[in-house]
Amino acid sequence: MIRSELIQIIADENPHLYQRDVERIVNTLFEEIINAMASGDRVELRGFGAFSVKKRDARIGRNPRTGESVEVEEKYVPFFKTGKLLRDRLNGKAD
Amino acid sequence: MGSTTLTRMDLSEAVFREVGLSRNESAQLVESILQHMSDALVKGETVKISSFGTFSIREKAARVGRNPKTGEEVPIHPRRVLTFRPSYLMKDRVAAGNRG
Repeated sequence: MIRSELIQIIADENPHLYQRDVERIVNTLFEEIINAMASGDRVELRGFGAFSVKKRDARIGRNPRTGESVEVEEKYVPFFKTGKLLRDRLNGKAD
Repeated sequence: MGSTTLTRMDLSEAVFREVGLSRNESAQLVESILQHMSDALVKGETVKISSFGTFSIREKAARVGRNPKTGEEVPIHPRRVLTFRPSYLMKDRVAAGNRG
């Protein structure tokens, strides 16, 4: 499933909405999650999963081609943890 | 940073502000989007949202695990796990927003 297919499914289920509004709704949802993480916030969607930001400490890395040491600065990366309900559904436990 | 946790309600509120729908309908649409994504994943499909990220299913083989407290061996059954790979845009925005 890709973004446009998701938009199409929601549009088909909601014939009273303009397609362009459905696009805005779907885009807003994803945009809002990125905005929250960019501010260091968590987004917890019970049953689906939680998006959070993890800190990666500075470290000495190595250029794999030359073997040269390089300093890698500390950085913040996005992280997703699957929710319990979805994890159970993936393994045929719930529904 | 990291002080706030957003929930479905915050996402619904954002949808409500963006499009002229009722709060109730905004909430239902947010729920419906998450539900369809979940259903696709349960069917084993990969969900690829451009400029956001990719959710995919990985099959994990059975293995023997150990209860870390008792040292007892326990069989871990084969299972399906969900992995999320953020897009470069998400990585860049998260890195830039939390810098310094």
